[in-house]
Amino acid sequence: MNLEELNATATSERLARTKKRHHLYVCVGTACQALNSEQIAKALQAELKQRGQAADAEVKCVGCPGLCSLGPLVEIESQVNGQAAAAEAKDDRRRSILYQFVKPEDAGEIVAHLDGEPVKRLETPLDQPFFTRQTKIVLEHCGKIDPERIEDYIAVGGYQALLKVLTEMTPQQVIDEITRSGLRGRGGAGFPTGLKWGTVAKSDPNAYPTHVPEGIQSRKFVICNGDEGDPGAFMDRSVMEGDPHRILEGMAIAAYAVGANQGFIYVRAEYPLAVKRLRTAIRQAQRAGLLGSGIGGTAFSFNVDIRLGAGAFVCGEETALIASIEGGRGVPRPRPPFPAESGLWGCPTLINNVETLANVPPIIMKGADWFAGIGTEKSKGTKVFALTGQVKNTGLIEVPMGISLREIVFDIGGGISGGRQFKAVQTGGPSGGCIPAQFLDMPVDYESLAKVGSIMGSGGMIVMDDSTDMVEVARFFMEFCMDESCGKCIPCRAGTVQMHRILTRIQEGRATRRDLHILEELCDMVKHTSLCGLGQSAPNPVISTLRYFREEYERKVNGEQKPEVRIQKPESRSQNPEARSQRPAISS
Amino acid sequence: MPRTLTINGQEISARNDQTILEAARDAHIHIPVLCHLDGLTDVGACRMCLVEVAGSNKLLPACTTRVQEGMEVRTDTQRLRAYRRQIIELLFAERNHVCAVCVANGHCELQNLGIEVGMDHVRYDYIFPKLGVDLSHERFGMDHNRCILCTRCVRACDQLEGAHTIDVMGRGAKSLIIRDMNVPWGESTTCTSCGKCVMACPTGALFKQGSTVAEMVHDAEKLAFLKAARERKVWNV
Amino acid sequence: MGKLRFATVWMGGCSGCHMSFLDLDEWLFDLAEAVEVVYSPVADVKTFPENVDVTLVEGAIANQDHLELIHAIRKHSRLVVSFGDCAVTGNVTAMRNPLGGAEVVLDRAYQDAQLLHPQVPHDDGIVPPLIDQVLPVHAVIPVDLYIPGCPPPAKRIRAVLQALIEGKPPEMIGREMLKFG
Repeated sequence: MNLEELNATATSERLARTKKRHHLYVCVGTACQALNSEQIAKALQAELKQRGQAADAEVKCVGCPGLCSLGPLVEIESQVNGQAAAAEAKDDRRRSILYQFVKPEDAGEIVAHLDGEPVKRLETPLDQPFFTRQTKIVLEHCGKIDPERIEDYIAVGGYQALLKVLTEMTPQQVIDEITRSGLRGRGGAGFPTGLKWGTVAKSDPNAYPTHVPEGIQSRKFVICNGDEGDPGAFMDRSVMEGDPHRILEGMAIAAYAVGANQGFIYVRAEYPLAVKRLRTAIRQAQRAGLLGSGIGGTAFSFNVDIRLGAGAFVCGEETALIASIEGGRGVPRPRPPFPAESGLWGCPTLINNVETLANVPPIIMKGADWFAGIGTEKSKGTKVFALTGQVKNTGLIEVPMGISLREIVFDIGGGISGGRQFKAVQTGGPSGGCIPAQFLDMPVDYESLAKVGSIMGSGGMIVMDDSTDMVEVARFFMEFCMDESCGKCIPCRAGTVQMHRILTRIQEGRATRRDLHILEELCDMVKHTSLCGLGQSAPNPVISTLRYFREEYERKVNGEQKPEVRIQKPESRSQNPEARSQRPAISS
Repeated sequence: MPRTLTINGQEISARNDQTILEAARDAHIHIPVLCHLDGLTDVGACRMCLVEVAGSNKLLPACTTRVQEGMEVRTDTQRLRAYRRQIIELLFAERNHVCAVCVANGHCELQNLGIEVGMDHVRYDYIFPKLGVDLSHERFGMDHNRCILCTRCVRACDQLEGAHTIDVMGRGAKSLIIRDMNVPWGESTTCTSCGKCVMACPTGALFKQGSTVAEMVHDAEKLAFLKAARERKVWNV
Repeated sequence: MGKLRFATVWMGGCSGCHMSFLDLDEWLFDLAEAVEVVYSPVADVKTFPENVDVTLVEGAIANQDHLELIHAIRKHSRLVVSFGDCAVTGNVTAMRNPLGGAEVVLDRAYQDAQLLHPQVPHDDGIVPPLIDQVLPVHAVIPVDLYIPGCPPPAKRIRAVLQALIEGKPPEMIGREMLKFG
């Protein structure tokens, strides 16, 4: 498909859309799908048919519009006054209604009210701060397009950026544009994306020994890291499920910029829906000539394959992810050399997170200056967060960098649920920290979060109320890191076990001041000596809760050495040898 | 092209393809190692050889970090000494290292490092995991209680014998050295019984059958000799 | 200056550390000049005395009697020394720990391993109740000094005691002083 064909497809798609007076968007993201939303779509379709409105209205299965706590969600967009043809671009001639907690049996009532007053008992306002305070770039199409139709993506301007760079820009110009935009890696560390692209583009594929399998021609690679594993985080999943073509387009642009012809999307197998939609998207894009050889009629070739992760958290770390794609054990290796110089099969490899790549097409289309105009001085653009915990509105949000935590928690999130008080917000998952109330007005950007002992992370944001036991929070995350440690380096493998034991002992009221001292020493050691990011950041939840909620720890350590001593009681012993096998062990 | 750098204030020169560890050794500067073994590739896993490099806020493993012009390396600061002792204590606490009844007592790199880092006791909880001993091979044995998961046996088997019989199973503290698809050693169809893994082992985890306490002397240097003999046709040690 | 009030205790260990102590041979006479032995398995004293200056503890904490005694020791000793690998690490005594709790161990010892009349002694006062997991001394009470070794060589013991008698902290460095096993 070249630019002309692309434009033709977009135009005809848009025209077809305007012929329908009502658009019913049913969320079929994982959360709503689990609540039977596919049945809702079917019921709506059947209802439209029965009432003879099928020609007039269309039901679309879409990705996540964000407000998961109110799902299943159905959004209805109608043209006012029946002015079908003219309504194309003018939003003010459209009426949007959002229905919450929809059940398949509500379909009749919803369809009956399409032209009349909305169904009051299901309606939730679209002008609530949850929606109005967000700025959507990455998620702009999530909830608006059918992720399983490439035409839907093309209709909203999809693949225009790819064809633009292929026909109008040199690879260096693309890198310069990304650099100027100020985009930084959304996987957590915030490394400048343009700089990374530039390094891969400059790297010599022959500088390090390579071992590329037969049949793969490419000597540079682009990897999309979709191994989202933080507890409570689902940003990347929603993008992969709701707008998969956007990721492919971002990858293809990146590949053109760095000189790669092969890409891999590494997705965890626990995201079956994302995998399915990505597979569909790859197939569609190949058929449309937007992936494969001679993309858009140019000489540029780029293929994308999917690799499934087997559920190891550490495989989100780039060197472990590469090892996993190569077919080895998913364990990290020391850097340098960085993957940009020697990555997949020893070749220069660009690894970007899903959200990072999803930011690329709009930067190309709207320009670096537009993107750089959003956010703060050092953190540009927006960030997607999975807002969870004790907050009224949980779900997926996208906010400009620099927004305050207060706005996120109290405006968008609607405040603390259950009438309790705010205590802390946890960002960055098991690698991040807890931010207490005194920093609520702090801007959310890479530097500010780091300054208060947390990290931006990939976008998990857990709000905690005053009933939260902060030591338990630290213990929970330590348990997670202990279970997910790959076992390669000693500080992480054995250190997390010991830290978890001490935290458990504190929770059981058996810890001493000496334990607390040893815990702090271990935090320092594991942080500074571990091989990869998992271990280096594993102590962060402990360090940050010790920093801001130390009194909770102090209260629980009583100063006396008190090991757990269980003594076997002579009277409990049986004298019957036959009964031995049935006797339960006293303890393990 | 040679590089000039300083290690602990001492000015030394090194080849540009040398690691900090190699350069330090050439200059007779000691850096403790555990997962490193001459003749095998380095994995940077044990973290014993971490050094401070001026200008880097991260500690770098000497075994995998190449020298650079003007590098200022510190190998023996108070902070590094404290970390090394913690790492050794973690290892002693992790599995059942009972020196008194170990085949490698007196010939054990872990035991020696315990002395080097000044470990007089272990501050952490002993975990006491229940682990097995595999005596199914006719000549060798593996005691998982003494294993520190350094993967020297894995690399020796893969890189020097070319058999890749040995690998790691599981993750984290539950990691386990296995043969083939976790079969008893004696039933492995790929093991050539060459004994290189036993030579490579730093502790009493791998031993010749029939060895009793303190009798197991590993022959780790032989692996470096083998590699040099094969690749560079160097036959004298 | 008066003599140091000196105690040695035998807990969950094989008495090998005490044997090694006796290997000090004629130096024991010098020691006797400098210390007064107020409690020891080689002296017939029933209860742990008060105001002890130095107590060497051989063995790990393995049963209820050890547990009670070690707290008394800490209470009445100025300096508690973990004496030998069992006290410092649990060592051989703790090799039962991976089996699980006390009951499994008793079954293994008194039932599984017996051909005739397998029976776990259960009357009070026959066998002190075992604690579930054998512990090194410092896991139960704060310890001031550690002498590793199984057993610690007589030279090592002498170096430590010599320093203590002279009122100096012993230098626990190097193979001579620190090798376990």
